[in-house]
Amino acid sequence: MTVAFSLVAVGGVLFAVGTALLLTRSLTRILLGAVLVGNGVNVLFLSTTGRTGDPPLLYPGTDPGRVTDPLPQAMALTAIVITLSVTAFLLAMVYRSWQLNGSDEVQDDIEDRRVALRAEETAERARLRDEYRKYRRQYATAARGTGGEGPARARALRARAEYEQSRTRLRRRLRADRVHRSDTTDATADLWDHVLGEDR
Amino acid sequence: MSLAQFLVPLPVVLPLFASGLKLTVGPRLQRTQRGISVVVLAAVLAISLALLVAADQQGPQVVHLGGWAPPVGIVLVADRLSALMLTVSSAVTLCVLVYSLSQGMADRDEVTPLSVFHPSYLVLVAGVSNTFLAGDLFNLYVGFEIMLTASYVLLTVGGTQARVRAGSTYVVVSLLSSLLFATAIAMVYAATGTVSLAQLADRTDALPAAVRTALEVMLLLVFGIKAAVFPLGAWLPDSYPTAPAPVTAVFAGLLTKVGVYAMLRTQTLLFPGGPLTTALMAVALLTMIVGILGAVAQSDLKRLLSFTLVSHIGYMVFGIALASVRGIAGAIFYVAHHITVQTTLFLVAGLVERRGGTSDLQRLGGLARLSPVLAAVFFVPAMNLAGIPPLSGFLGKLGLLRAGVADGGVWAYALVAGGTLTSLLTLYTMAKVWNLAFWRGAPPELAAGIVLETDDPDDGEERTGPGPAARPGEGDGDRGAAASLSGRAITTSVRPPGPMLGTTVALVALGLSFTVLAGPLTGLTGRAAAELLDRTPYVEAVLSP
Repeated sequence: MTVAFSLVAVGGVLFAVGTALLLTRSLTRILLGAVLVGNGVNVLFLSTTGRTGDPPLLYPGTDPGRVTDPLPQAMALTAIVITLSVTAFLLAMVYRSWQLNGSDEVQDDIEDRRVALRAEETAERARLRDEYRKYRRQYATAARGTGGEGPARARALRARAEYEQSRTRLRRRLRADRVHRSDTTDATADLWDHVLGEDR
Repeated sequence: MSLAQFLVPLPVVLPLFASGLKLTVGPRLQRTQRGISVVVLAAVLAISLALLVAADQQGPQVVHLGGWAPPVGIVLVADRLSALMLTVSSAVTLCVLVYSLSQGMADRDEVTPLSVFHPSYLVLVAGVSNTFLAGDLFNLYVGFEIMLTASYVLLTVGGTQARVRAGSTYVVVSLLSSLLFATAIAMVYAATGTVSLAQLADRTDALPAAVRTALEVMLLLVFGIKAAVFPLGAWLPDSYPTAPAPVTAVFAGLLTKVGVYAMLRTQTLLFPGGPLTTALMAVALLTMIVGILGAVAQSDLKRLLSFTLVSHIGYMVFGIALASVRGIAGAIFYVAHHITVQTTLFLVAGLVERRGGTSDLQRLGGLARLSPVLAAVFFVPAMNLAGIPPLSGFLGKLGLLRAGVADGGVWAYALVAGGTLTSLLTLYTMAKVWNLAFWRGAPPELAAGIVLETDDPDDGEERTGPGPAARPGEGDGDRGAAASLSGRAITTSVRPPGPMLGTTVALVALGLSFTVLAGPLTGLTGRAAAELLDRTPYVEAVLSP
């Protein structure tokens, strides 16, 4: 089968650019990426017709051996219609997401957040505990040596205060995250009131 | 053209027609709207049964749409596998529709579901039917797209924050799989010059091995995303639980199984004896184990059920990977069983949510005493899912494990072990749900009657958003409202509305009937598997003029 190089090259570029856009975080860019890849697929469909030929119209005098294969064109047309409708839906969803969140970014998976947060929390706790223990040891040895007073004691006290402060900070952050999570499961303004208004 | 052939396109055409009719009728005539939906889906069920009988007795029923001669036009084919899938899926969709009608009426939330929910639901049914009946790859793609577009609408209905968040993941992943599918079709057409499954069955054998494998990998990737097998299925447990209970139920029952069906069809018809069986077995094993471990870690009923759904897809992929008559027959039986039981469990989750005001297992309790019917309706399908002996889950797993032992390879034995482990862990998760939600003592506010729980007990913060407070108890004493995973207020009631409970019981009974009718059903799945592996009946039925 002969394949037109220009079609394959164009298709390849569209796929590459579209894939790069699909990997981003913003839904609008993802949408653009999907449109580009969708068009890449359509070009790919066209490239399967092979060598260029006459239009596939059967008027008298047509040589059926020379016309282009019409089937890929039909499939590409169907694919165009499907991409169009899905794009329309996705646009509406992006808009709704922007209405609700003020941004159109894909949000974190709940499970991902939970796992990441737990790992972060345990690591942070372990770090603080180690630090506290180190200073306490220093403080203990210092206290035995000089009878209580001195720079070592001050450092240990400072470390303890720091530890307690950061623990409070961490707790506050965890609480804020919990609130945030419960907020995302909260009911928001009712769409049907916007759409239907008084008709409801 | 025989009568049965006349029936073949109807499962696709009728719901589409009804959907258009409902949009024309508009939201004013509620009773007509409900009538149309129920009558059409009941008709689809009856037609599917007739097709099943015809396909079993007379071989595949084929319709060439528009009267085009075999290799050119679009064909719809109902062989044993398609007809069986169609029958189970239409039974399930009918039950879920009645359930959702009852829920809508009980919630007095009538305008929303009827004007958006019903047409989308019917389009979804049409898409699923089209996928089951499609006789060429491109029509399969169109069926997928019809189904997916309807599912986007159903998943994000209401447009709350939680649903838009879950919906964006779902839509982007599905969109990607659609693009991959279109690419795969273009590649298939470039390699073979046809997209008709019957012609492909002849032509893929002649392809160079590398091209054939590339096409197989592309198609498996697409169907793997749809079926949510292990590395490709992470989107499912995040997006399904936020939808309304009936929507989640029908998605869980049908959409993943459509992927499994497409896998069954292409693996047997286009790529028999392909080089990827070992890879498929590895995928099946990982899907089972990773999925069920995810379920063990969950504390929300709907999320837990979503993870068991992912896990049990592994069993079906296992059967497909074995590619023996026993393996394929086991996979088909398991698909039929799993559609029913998973849908039932999600409907029960909806009832639990309705009674307890939440699907969070930490806050539920004592339902066995408060609502014995609900407990019974949960217990039977839960044990069925885990595979306790007389039930169909046991029969399906037994068939697959026997097929694995008969295969005798190292991977097959690994999968037999993995399947047993998954079954035990499923039993563990179901026991956990039973203990937490049903068996232990009820939390005080639940025992007192109504749940008006709004805030998380962990943080003492007051919620500010317009939430449950925006929907007060609406007057009559036994109704309350609570926040849910979906971000919409849940209406709670002490007694579940009759039709909601009735349809759930009907689905439980359907699950039990697989046990009672196990003899004829395994006979049917055996014949369907033999027909699939033989290939000639399908090819001849389609290509003969």
